[in-house]
Amino acid sequence: MLFKKAVSTLLLSAACASFAQAEVKVGVITSSTGPIALVGLPQKNSVPLLPARAGDQEVKYIALDDGSDPTATVKALKKLITEDNVDAIIGPSGSPNAMGLIQFVAEAGVPLLAPVGTAAVVLPMNDEKKWVFKTTQNDDLIAKALFEHMAKQGVKTLGFIGTADPYGENWAKVMGGLAAERGIKVVASERFQRQDTSVTGQSLKVLASRPDAVLVAAPGSAAVMPQTTLYDQGYRGQMYQTHGAALPDFLKLGGKKVEGTILAASLMLVLDEVADSHPSKQVARDYVAAYEKLNGSKPATFGANTYDAGLLLQRAIPLAAAKAAPGTPEFRAALRDALEQSHELAATQGVYNMTAEDHSGFDERGRELIQVKNGNWTLLGSN
Amino acid sequence: MNFQIAMLLGQDGVTNGAIYALLALSILLVFTVTRILLIPQGEFVTYGALTMATIQAGQPTALVWLLLGLSVLDCACDLYAAARSSHGFRFPRRIPLKLGYALLMVALIKTLPLAELPMAFQVLLTLCLVVPLGPQIYRLVFQPIASASVLVLLIVSIAVHVTMVGIALLLFGPEGARTRPFSEAGLELGPVTFNSQTLWVIAVSLALIVGLFLFFERSLYGKALRAAAVNRLGARLMGISPTLAGKATFLLATFIGTLSGILIAPITTLYFDSGFVISLKGFVGAIIGGLVSYPLAALGALGVGLIEAFSMFWASTYKEIIVFTLIIPFLLWRSLASRHVEEEE
Repeated sequence: MLFKKAVSTLLLSAACASFAQAEVKVGVITSSTGPIALVGLPQKNSVPLLPARAGDQEVKYIALDDGSDPTATVKALKKLITEDNVDAIIGPSGSPNAMGLIQFVAEAGVPLLAPVGTAAVVLPMNDEKKWVFKTTQNDDLIAKALFEHMAKQGVKTLGFIGTADPYGENWAKVMGGLAAERGIKVVASERFQRQDTSVTGQSLKVLASRPDAVLVAAPGSAAVMPQTTLYDQGYRGQMYQTHGAALPDFLKLGGKKVEGTILAASLMLVLDEVADSHPSKQVARDYVAAYEKLNGSKPATFGANTYDAGLLLQRAIPLAAAKAAPGTPEFRAALRDALEQSHELAATQGVYNMTAEDHSGFDERGRELIQVKNGNWTLLGSN
Repeated sequence: MNFQIAMLLGQDGVTNGAIYALLALSILLVFTVTRILLIPQGEFVTYGALTMATIQAGQPTALVWLLLGLSVLDCACDLYAAARSSHGFRFPRRIPLKLGYALLMVALIKTLPLAELPMAFQVLLTLCLVVPLGPQIYRLVFQPIASASVLVLLIVSIAVHVTMVGIALLLFGPEGARTRPFSEAGLELGPVTFNSQTLWVIAVSLALIVGLFLFFERSLYGKALRAAAVNRLGARLMGISPTLAGKATFLLATFIGTLSGILIAPITTLYFDSGFVISLKGFVGAIIGGLVSYPLAALGALGVGLIEAFSMFWASTYKEIIVFTLIIPFLLWRSLASRHVEEEE
């Protein structure tokens, strides 16, 4: 009797073990609370939409919240790696949070798919950063589109208002380089805090320098206030915004005062106008529909960045599973190699072509020039 | 920098300064009467602004459930206290009143066509929803530890602040919000156009300050609160209930905070976590007043607003640093100029 029991237990546990082996565990870290919840919430809401199967493998997602705190992000990462033995990690939401993780994922040999804004997580590429992949467009890709447009419009002087955080600072850097290349003079460069109750001073200073156009670089609804303040003070030049403003609230908060704004962002804002031949159109449309069904509201782009990470993994996991069993270091290394070879993968944000040097992998199919017309996003076209 | 820019910056500084002054006054009021440094004061500002925005969007705000929940807890505490009373159990008559109020609010929010209401009614509804939270929080959190040391009260106050920020994220979501201005018209004086909302802020702030002055100078309740601030034990011996004093100051502070939120919501984008920085600037004003003097606190807060506006123009990157560094010379001057008085306990 005892023997029978022992055997059945053994068999059962063996069965369990082999079953567990056929499952790929993916950790997801988001900042669904705290100051950057704006970014983290749509990401968390996108977790149930991530692909549940990749080839023959079941994919199980374990989602943790880091409360926007970089220390908590590292804790969550260590928990996922040591306790849950995950094969890959999607997240975190914030750029500073992601910067803090790089050395730990490299040490543990777990691929990290970061849906964060800063290009610093994958550039310049080194031995640690080769474990990190970034599912957002690099700032310079977006910025190039804007500056091409400015050059065409004959903009000679540019004012800049950005947030005093990594997002705004990186844009200021990218902008400086591109403006010099195209002979555009930056006549004012101002900073503000997301929570500021007024940006009168900054916008007056920009106004006083009389620029042909003004670029605002701020993540989320913070992008609205500098622009409406400039409008109220009588500025009527061309306004440019970054992909940080690409969310429904920008139109809601800005109303008539943001009419005519030009920004470059992923095609998600103007899905209906994009040509059917665009490889991302169907993917993005399916995602938006599924998100709306689940959460009752349209997703912000941030959620789609997380979803893209899931699509990258879905493509890479079967390739890695052919080389090693999930849950082993060999599998993770193979997964990283497979991710690096992602080729022509159409996802919601554009088409990914990863290389050993480029772990973001976007080309011009990952951005569209968009203008606000009659209170709606409209495609500006490639003219 | 020319005259027009200076005028615009000054207008901006006075607007913000007026709000900081209101917050400084309420922080001061709560501190002198209850010894609590009201860190969550800023949260009442955001709760007011965001509730107003939700109402204008025509959505039934989830805040009403928080009100109902706190009311139920409040009543449970009352019942418990009555049951343990040495005079035998007497049903507290306040309970039906409190629960009835909360349920009435739920009914109003659920049935009224919120977006179509006239602006004045929306403001009134927002005040009715948010203001009762203050006394309830005092009743549930601070009343049981009213005699604890200032440090304990401060720590609890920070805990309340953190909790309220978390709840705000749940109730209002992570996006910023803005409300419609009270009126579109502006006032033109020479080359400068005064934003109508600025005039509203200044007018309401002045009215509130005068109102507070009259309340404390002329009314019996006001005098009772002042007495409690001057000497807690003495006031108690004269028959002034410290519980009532605490609840009354929280009521006033919440009212001022909520009203400030409603006033600035049309001119700025507020987020669920914007309140802390705003109240911190009010706090700097209160410190300049030495946490005792109302006129100095109001002037200090006005100064903070103006300095903020001008540093925003000259050195936007260092704005916050400039504003908060202000506090150091004043603390130095205060500690050197005034005799250090040991705390009573």
